[in-house]
Amino acid sequence: MDLQLTETQTHIRDLARRFARERLAPTARQRDREAIFPTAELHEAGELGLLGVNVPEELGGSEAGVVAYALAIAELAEACASTTVAVAVTNMVAEQIARFGTDAQRKAFVPRLVSGKAVAGAFALSETQCGSDASALTTSARRDADGWVVNGQKQWITSGDRAGVVLVFARTGGPGAKGVSAFLVEGGAPGMTAGRPEHKMGLRGSSTVPLTFENCRLATDALLGEEGGGFKIAMSALDGGRIGISAQAIGVLRGCLAASRTYAKQRKAFGGTLAELQAIQWKLADMATDLAAAELLCFRAASLKDQGRPFTREASMSKVFCSEAANRHASEAVQIHGGYGYIDEFPVERYFRDARVQTLYEGTSEIQRKVIAREILK
Amino acid sequence: MDFQLTETQTALQDTCRQFAEKELTPNARRWDEHHTFPKEAVEKLAELGLMGVAIPEAHGGAGMDSMCYALAMEEISRGCASTGVIMSVNNSLYCDPVYKNGTEALKKKWLEPFARGEKLGCFGLTEPAAGSDAAAQKTTAVRDGDFYRINGSKNFITNGPEADAIVLFTMTAPAKGNKGITAFVVDTKSPGFVLGKLDNKLGITASHSCSIFFEDLKVPVENRLGEEGQGFKIAMATLDGGRIGIACQALGIARAAYEEALKYAKDRKAFDKPIADLQAIQFMLADMATEIDAARLLIWKAAALKDQGVRHSAESAMAKLYASEMSGRVTHKALQIHGGYGYLKEFDAERHSRDARITEIYEGTSEIQRLVIAASLLRD
Repeated sequence: MDLQLTETQTHIRDLARRFARERLAPTARQRDREAIFPTAELHEAGELGLLGVNVPEELGGSEAGVVAYALAIAELAEACASTTVAVAVTNMVAEQIARFGTDAQRKAFVPRLVSGKAVAGAFALSETQCGSDASALTTSARRDADGWVVNGQKQWITSGDRAGVVLVFARTGGPGAKGVSAFLVEGGAPGMTAGRPEHKMGLRGSSTVPLTFENCRLATDALLGEEGGGFKIAMSALDGGRIGISAQAIGVLRGCLAASRTYAKQRKAFGGTLAELQAIQWKLADMATDLAAAELLCFRAASLKDQGRPFTREASMSKVFCSEAANRHASEAVQIHGGYGYIDEFPVERYFRDARVQTLYEGTSEIQRKVIAREILK
Repeated sequence: MDFQLTETQTALQDTCRQFAEKELTPNARRWDEHHTFPKEAVEKLAELGLMGVAIPEAHGGAGMDSMCYALAMEEISRGCASTGVIMSVNNSLYCDPVYKNGTEALKKKWLEPFARGEKLGCFGLTEPAAGSDAAAQKTTAVRDGDFYRINGSKNFITNGPEADAIVLFTMTAPAKGNKGITAFVVDTKSPGFVLGKLDNKLGITASHSCSIFFEDLKVPVENRLGEEGQGFKIAMATLDGGRIGIACQALGIARAAYEEALKYAKDRKAFDKPIADLQAIQFMLADMATEIDAARLLIWKAAALKDQGVRHSAESAMAKLYASEMSGRVTHKALQIHGGYGYLKEFDAERHSRDARITEIYEGTSEIQRLVIAASLLRD
């Protein structure tokens, strides 16, 4: 048991912190209010190595590991959750290609993704009729003489209209998980059309779109991994992705605690400051305790992944705990701010909205509990 | 960052687990029912070095660290929460302050046999009118030549009825409040040391507690811990460590409850299948497992800081607060999963639920832990 960070981990965290504070935080409110996609910021993140934190150096990544990735994501999310989710998905897609791709695929896609030249990566798994039950997906990929023909519709695709590389999951075989394959699709590929960006409660600076595939033709080598091996890739991505969402929730928790602490020390009531009232002190104490537990659960899962040990159960525990804690405490942070918590002059109303999706995407809380239960009942 | 245990730690964990499964779990229900102090089990703990885990070998202890202590406390409390608190009080509340604040001569006589587990220690801070507000205590010690004369009373003193010595907090300068408190090691065989009747408690009934009255009790000056006026500081530093012990006790209780609920859920059939197949039950178990892990990680963090010699008041308070409230929730759910059987003494679920309740109260209530955390948080 050693909670010290390595030099590399400290370096990545500090880099992310500086970038978050200097480049993301000052514009986060405007980005949210006007739904501005962070194109320039993603490019800068790429230049700093933050789009491929756990990607090998030979492919342009930082090769700093999963704990470093979680540290970076938490720093970014405290400043701007919208930018962070685009960064996180790009990391996730790059990591899967680096892990499952052929040499040619790795060279063709990964450096573009991690440098920011591809703007972002997108991960197209969810569909209108299948969210949590991903193995039921109906988008199809049919093999023909020249390669593959994809038809169907994807839903809730983060950066789907901006991404230079889209990882698409489609059915190539019979029903169930074993009939699913993964494909690498270039942004703007003929036959793939992005719909109108969703109007969301939070993460308003990120773009979430439906993607329609109408006879979208892909070359034979667009297949990532083996035919029928797509579900395994999706689950591997989501196991790691859960660490990413946990880190986003940690960022929100830290932001809520910092904002609430500052406000409570300044705001006067009943002849003193809010911070002198036990009712407020206890909210802060609970927030800090849950934050500490959230960090430990997240870093434990990340550290297991770094060591190549199984981490499915730990990642799900981390995700459900961190995301639910972020929701509880974002609500308390609004409460501590009173009426000011409800307007966008303070960041907590944005944190409240940004936190809400964290118990939904990359596996709802219900799915996390199913995973944990499956693991403990084995 | 690395969350793996060392080989030494894993070996100790295994030893304690086997001991608990063999010696504690099979007896805990009976001890609870008859309020039996587990004398033989405590003697065996002593043989394993568990009565002075983190005290150096030169002073009779096992010479291990706080992480080892935490691991041992979890396993022992999983077997029997009463035995867990007996062990915790001797380790954290008696041996630790005597080791840190006693003179060499004092340690020779009043630490070594206790760390070896030949004698048992207890800790006297709480009074009838001074619980969380420890500075409000009224027991006095007045200097009289080479002695102090002590008058007053303490209550809720765990191990009090069996203890050979007590780390006792008294007012030597009542006008100074916190800064007027002084600590002593007091022989429980001293004239003027009077035990009250046993407390009749909701849980941890195999560990005994009682009131203690001090009637003009004479204690030699050399039995003072530190200087006059340092008692409050000693008490607070002791409780920082004690909280890790109680957090582990809460964790051990929760784990026992969770493991039994998991087993029951796999065996018990309802609606044509084991209730473990029902999502309502699965989700309860998933939350229990998640919160147990979160508590353990908070404890390990506090213990790791203690081992590094870093201040850990807030981290200990977080561990204690989270683990004890978690234990309340988990034992409640475990009983719920057992249904009506959970309410009967034929299963251990009801005992775990009663045992867990105290962990939110002693060695600093949840309310005090939140004050400690908030104070650290709001400091500039």
